[in-house]
Amino acid sequence: MAEIVTTTTDAPVPLRSLPMKTIKPLLREPRVVIAGGFLLLLLLIAIFAPYIAPKDPLEQDLMLGNMPPATSAGAEPGYYLGTDDLGRDVLSRVLYGSRIALTVAFVAASLSAIIGTLMGLAAGWYGGWADRIISRLVDIWMAFPPVLLSVLLVAVLGSGLHSVIAAIVIIDWTRFCRVVRAETMAQAQLDYVMAAETIGFSRSHILWREILPNVAPVLIALVSLEMGIAVIVEAILSFVGLSLSSDIPTWGGMIAQGRQMIHQGWWVFVFPLIALFATVLAFNQLGNGLRKALDPVMRR
Amino acid sequence: MTASDLLNRLFMAVLTLLGVAVIVFCLLRIVPGDPIAMMISPSATPADIAALRAHYGLDLGLPQQFGIWFMDVLKGNFGTSISQRRDVMELIGERLPATLELAFAALVFGVVAGGVIATLGTLARRTALDPALDFINGLFLAVPDFVWALALVLLLGVFWPVFPLSGRIDPTLSTYFHTDFYLIESLVTLNFSAFGDLIAHMVMPMLALGLPLAAIVVRTLKEALAEAMVQDYVLLARLKGMSPLRLVLQEALRNAVGPTLTLTGVQFTFMIGGTVIVERIFSYPGLGNMAIDAVINRDLPLIQGIVLTFGAIFILVNILVDLIAGWLNPRGAVHG
Repeated sequence: MAEIVTTTTDAPVPLRSLPMKTIKPLLREPRVVIAGGFLLLLLLIAIFAPYIAPKDPLEQDLMLGNMPPATSAGAEPGYYLGTDDLGRDVLSRVLYGSRIALTVAFVAASLSAIIGTLMGLAAGWYGGWADRIISRLVDIWMAFPPVLLSVLLVAVLGSGLHSVIAAIVIIDWTRFCRVVRAETMAQAQLDYVMAAETIGFSRSHILWREILPNVAPVLIALVSLEMGIAVIVEAILSFVGLSLSSDIPTWGGMIAQGRQMIHQGWWVFVFPLIALFATVLAFNQLGNGLRKALDPVMRR
Repeated sequence: MTASDLLNRLFMAVLTLLGVAVIVFCLLRIVPGDPIAMMISPSATPADIAALRAHYGLDLGLPQQFGIWFMDVLKGNFGTSISQRRDVMELIGERLPATLELAFAALVFGVVAGGVIATLGTLARRTALDPALDFINGLFLAVPDFVWALALVLLLGVFWPVFPLSGRIDPTLSTYFHTDFYLIESLVTLNFSAFGDLIAHMVMPMLALGLPLAAIVVRTLKEALAEAMVQDYVLLARLKGMSPLRLVLQEALRNAVGPTLTLTGVQFTFMIGGTVIVERIFSYPGLGNMAIDAVINRDLPLIQGIVLTFGAIFILVNILVDLIAGWLNPRGAVHG
């Protein structure tokens, strides 16, 4: 893996100097700024949803079922994106849906990253039987179709937010493990690691203070990509009807509902799909932008 | 790859499959919801329930249950589906062809579309088209099959309804077939009305699965081609006056195809995994769609059979990819 070779002079960056040194190149990468800005906005929407949403997302009004969006003829004033078959406001439900999506994204991606990184570091740094067991485990995991496994896990764990997050973590820790393992092995070959060994640093000191900071850029980019994947998995589980109770507005649940009545009203289907698409795209572009901005070789 | 390497890989494959079997078996024993409770009538007595449990072997200990089930699996007996009361092997055999036909159609589409676009992109190097293509491809790379499937439902199913939205074939045409490989059979027997109908049903799920693959092929092949195009032998051919198109197709492509093929193989396994949700969205009667129903119905024998089938396919594809990669590049042994 030639592309991740760092020069020995700037390799073991002291942790203190990291922020200023990393933030500047990040802001020069347009994908990071645009996608990051969008996700920040989405985060604010999720936090302040009760103040932003024009209606209560759960309030049904059967007299106002299947109202089209404001641009169409026959729209009901105040329901900008129309209503679903139960007369619930689509805009409010899409805004509230960001709460579940972002919660799943942050929690599931962070937990997968922590578990996968620990396993990957252990396999890549200590090698031997630890590597053999962990690699075998990853092989077994890779032989499962991920969507089927997530559906199966939620069936086992029972539906609900916790189960969805647990299912994503149980499936996706391998993504981090594989990359971190390979990266750790590559780093272990570099001069700075040998230098640290010569000075007499302990194995664990080198792992946490020297190697981990150098694996971090790849890791951060991967976390962002994983957040996008987590949003999709939650939507898939909601779509299949296994994620959360239908009372809680989720994009996947709305899409599934809209799919059933797509010929009566496209808007119930389209708007959550747009929200889902934009969010996944943003996480993906942020991840790729971060990877480029943080990689010292690609930056040149 | 030498013969001993291959033997080693096969041994590892069996070990992996055994791991998959153990995990799925253990997982399913902790599923809440009693499968027996879902199949009995409310008037059944406790004695009836106990008899039924004994009939399905659910009264034994876990290791014994696993032992019995696994020995049966080795004999090719996956048990009886609880929800459909039919042989699991038979059910999988009926559904697998539909999934395989869909996956191969998507594979062909992804490779052909990706190959053509990568070639055009290479011809358009250093023009305004090139960065535009990279940008659009970047967007395509970010969209997963699930989102494609939903977008296609909207575009080609509702707003511009040219293709049927669900199913595999018009029910009036399906009685005609003798095998479950409808697409191949209709082609072999020259039944073009059925073939056309099958293709029309397949277009949307195939696009949903094939478009992400095409995007990956474009990126990988374009990078490999760009590298090949500056090699000496390509420059030499150009000096000899070879046309740009022939240059790409005859000289560069031959040397750039290796890495793309390996990656395509890896992506193909992901794509087979993707059939699960895509089949669901288009009500396509394949293995993945049946798998989700099986989970919802708590049909343990059927779930076990399907998961093992998928696992076996994944491992087989991976070994094939390694074999092809080793055959293409005999110098460096490839280790997964």
